[in-house]
Amino acid sequence: MNLNALWAYANPKKFIQATDRVLPWISILAIVSLVVGLVWGFFFTPEDYRQGSTVKIIYIHVPSALMAINAWLMMLVTSLVWIVRRHHVSALAARAAAPVGAVMTVIALATGAIWGQPMWGTWWAWDPRLTSFLILFLFYLGYMALWAAIEDGDTAADLTSILCLVGSVFALLSRYAVNFWNQGLHQGASLSLDKEENVADVFYYPLLVCIAGFVLLFIALVFLRTQTEIRARRTRALLARERMG
Amino acid sequence: MRAGGGFGLGLAFFLIVVTLVPFGVGPQSELLARIASGILWLGALLACLLSLDRILALDWEDGSLDLLATAPLPMEAIVSIKALAHWLTTGLPLVLFAPVFGLLLSLPEPGYMPLVLSLLLGTPALSVIGTFGAALTVGLKRGGLLLSLLVLPLYVPTLIFGAEMARRGVEGLDITTPLLMLAGITCGTIALLPFASAAVLKVNLR
Amino acid sequence: MMPELGKYAEAVLSSYGVSIALLLVLVWASLRRARRVKKQLEDIESKAKRDG
Repeated sequence: MNLNALWAYANPKKFIQATDRVLPWISILAIVSLVVGLVWGFFFTPEDYRQGSTVKIIYIHVPSALMAINAWLMMLVTSLVWIVRRHHVSALAARAAAPVGAVMTVIALATGAIWGQPMWGTWWAWDPRLTSFLILFLFYLGYMALWAAIEDGDTAADLTSILCLVGSVFALLSRYAVNFWNQGLHQGASLSLDKEENVADVFYYPLLVCIAGFVLLFIALVFLRTQTEIRARRTRALLARERMG
Repeated sequence: MRAGGGFGLGLAFFLIVVTLVPFGVGPQSELLARIASGILWLGALLACLLSLDRILALDWEDGSLDLLATAPLPMEAIVSIKALAHWLTTGLPLVLFAPVFGLLLSLPEPGYMPLVLSLLLGTPALSVIGTFGAALTVGLKRGGLLLSLLVLPLYVPTLIFGAEMARRGVEGLDITTPLLMLAGITCGTIALLPFASAAVLKVNLR
Repeated sequence: MMPELGKYAEAVLSSYGVSIALLLVLVWASLRRARRVKKQLEDIESKAKRDG
């Protein structure tokens, strides 16, 4: 496939047309995957011999955590595209993705904390992974707040994309700092499926379906929200032109 | 090159924070001794934060920033100088007066040198990172809260390693790792972040 | 039909509940704003067409 052909969708109108065509299908696929995956995982998997029924939380925690990170990565890529090629659709896509990523982060945090509760005895613990996600959430908030604070669209796009770049470096740095910071405490009781036990097939396949569902949901939401941003931008431009006579 | 009235204000704020802590957690010197290094780092961080918008806002408002942009100096140098000015008026005084505040919080004796050293190493990073945040919000009226929201998460690595270095100093442990990490962060931010800050200012000055 | 969740029932159910609720709110808010903005744009464009 000619990758250069993708640049055609940098045209706002073409983007809306193309996404209008696929959005219904992606949405349906997303819903189906989510329902199948979650029902399968919730009702039809056994309990983990150590974690009991809380292992079922992975069907939401793992996909949402993955999407929380991937949403930010997508924002990073689209921010770079904006900086280099100044395609407005790219900048607007980053803006559109941020709230979705933020919600994914909150879900990852909530499910992570709840999952840890039987292990730690409290509803929150400063486990390195949870803490890193909390910091990521703060980065999302700052990014969204900056977009909202600046009136001029192009300026906002420029500033938020630079923030995204710098933020990405610091987010990575924070991950290592937080691991260093909490290395002493929860030895071995970190929040993940145990690496030694290979995740049994019986847990694995429903998890894959759930991950697919979350990915499709993310794509559908970003397409929808980017369309909205494109339309909003055009509306502002038309209003401004009207005001100028 | 003006830096606003930051000098005395930053220190005064630091003093207020340090004074408030015992009211918040109780006056038992045992407890205070345990959390002193962390509180001092937090206080320094907040004091730096509060003087950030002064770095650029005054020059922005009266147009000197536009003038500076046309000067033969590259923008990267200008933002670095601004960061340096901020450090000289906020970070450095904090470093020098930290022992006094440590006294107020019952900081244990072995902790003083590591604390001062960690602040000396870390506050420059706070100024450089803060200048980036100030550049982002320079055009905004009442950008103070947004500035804090943007800058505080960026401060996390510096705070973690700085406070850890100070804490280990108090307990007599080896401070090499956090020291090196902290120094690395400071050097890295001083070397690289001005490029981002300069780009941001150029955007805002358009 | 309900699996034996045992003593973790509260944890598992609340995590599923909170997450699904958040996702539904996100989707609903996105759809609502999309509809509103689309209509707003159509109004302005038709007005611009009429006024020439």
